Amino acid sequence: MIETKGLRKSYRSRAGRETKVVEAVRGVDLSVKEGEIYGFLGPNGAGKTTTLRMLATLITPDGGEAVIAGADLLKNPGEVRRRIGYVAQGGSTWDESTAREELVLQARFYGIHKAEALQRATKALDAFQLTEYADRKTKTYSGGQRRRVDIALGIIHGPKVVFLDEPTTGLDPQSRAHMWVEVRRLRDEGMTVFITTHYLDEADALCDRIAIMDHGEIVTEGTVDDLKREVAGDVVTVGVNGAGTKATELLRTQEYVRKIEENDDHSLRLYVDEGAVAIPHILRVLDTAGVELKQMELHRPSLDDVFLTKTGRSLRES
Amino acid sequence: MKFLRDTWLVFSRQMQLMLRQPVWLIVGVVQPLFYLLLFAPLLKPALGVQTNAEAYKLFVPGLLVLLAMFGSLFTGFGLIAELRAGVIERSRVTPVSRLALLVGRSLRDVVSLLFQAALIVVIAVGFGLSVGLLDVLAAFALMAIISLMLSAFSYAISLKLRSEDALAPLLNTISQPLLLTAGILLPLTFAPTWLKRVADWNPFSWATDGVRALFAGDPGADSVWQAAVVVGGLTLITVVWASRAFAKGVR
Repeated sequence: MIETKGLRKSYRSRAGRETKVVEAVRGVDLSVKEGEIYGFLGPNGAGKTTTLRMLATLITPDGGEAVIAGADLLKNPGEVRRRIGYVAQGGSTWDESTAREELVLQARFYGIHKAEALQRATKALDAFQLTEYADRKTKTYSGGQRRRVDIALGIIHGPKVVFLDEPTTGLDPQSRAHMWVEVRRLRDEGMTVFITTHYLDEADALCDRIAIMDHGEIVTEGTVDDLKREVAGDVVTVGVNGAGTKATELLRTQEYVRKIEENDDHSLRLYVDEGAVAIPHILRVLDTAGVELKQMELHRPSLDDVFLTKTGRSLRES
Repeated sequence: MKFLRDTWLVFSRQMQLMLRQPVWLIVGVVQPLFYLLLFAPLLKPALGVQTNAEAYKLFVPGLLVLLAMFGSLFTGFGLIAELRAGVIERSRVTPVSRLALLVGRSLRDVVSLLFQAALIVVIAVGFGLSVGLLDVLAAFALMAIISLMLSAFSYAISLKLRSEDALAPLLNTISQPLLLTAGILLPLTFAPTWLKRVADWNPFSWATDGVRALFAGDPGADSVWQAAVVVGGLTLITVVWASRAFAKGVR
């Protein structure tokens, strides 16, 4: 449904008198299948939004190719526009308009005639549970209601692919959960959903496949489960009193430890194949060396672990 | 065909939103009204005319050009607000004609200007102004063109600047000298020669002369066709430039 090859974009940015070229996106290859929810993950400034805006025809790529829903992005952006929907991060409604007016106008911008546009608006309002507020000005809406209007606007013309840029940022937990339901519904209606987020739990819960982007490049790509499995079987966190380096040296040499990292709070992260097998060994090693254990935790790898191993940083920090 | 349809869509939506906030129309009328009531009486002795009616004949045309200039030049602020709300971006991902997004908005500005202008003329007639209907309509045509030019200009510039803080000083810097050398408040008959030569380069000075001739009941005057040519030509150039800048900005 979306195929890109070497998509890139750089900006000239001016800091004082110096102009420097910022490579926002440095060659993105993507392959999104029909009917999947594809998550685009990365810290702020990783190039997610730039990539999304290129795919949505809002900015022209400097190079590369992309075919979206069968239309060529560079040769025929007009056709791409007809086949996709795009929901921006910052919202898209005018305070003084009502949801119904906005929906009808949006539909008519796609060349849909008036009667049909009215019908579609009514249907969309109903589907997004907005009927009650449909004829009030959007400035009276809550954040979650506004976001639902934004999404309804993005799909009013029945696109094959819909791009959602951080659809749950700034929403309260309840509206967020509601939004996840809406996103799944879009997929169930046959749309391919391309979603950016910097919430790991969101990507985990919602997406069939994800790509992690950092510094303008895709660092890894796959199903959430595969990516987690790829990192390690389990993660053991070990906190010791003093002599953290000594413990690191000792454990690094153990054959069941695939990888070891020091956290910011000087606790250690050990990537191991099987936690239950490794823990007794770890305890014995530390005990023998006289290192006092403060805490120990075993957990299945999270997306944050995936992110950490692929980029060397925790997504939460960035 | 698609362009006309899209323009109509944008225009009717903008009209709908404007009519919902009639306060802007009223503000637009109240200000010129102050000029009519508080400034025009000063002109009687200054212009050496006998009656208020005569003073209005000279002053109302200037006031109308002023209205056309200032009513349209500052419409870009609304566009910046729309950019910020994400409305423009939402339009851009649709196949809607980019030019229609500009022209539809400019036409709304033209309509609101003409409404205000008509109100001013009706009030001035109530105060004793006498003027022929055809002459007024010709003057309105000229103002509609001015309004189209300046609003298109304003939209294109605001799309480039994207900030009210940058737009306000820029527009003020442009509008002040244009206003002062257009002979709007007082005819340039009193101006020293050098100032008249400067005013020759101000298209709105030509426009004011043309509208004054129309209000004087002299549609055949040279200044009328000159105004039409100067303003019409400049509008054509501005609209072409603005629509290119607009199309590039909202690609």
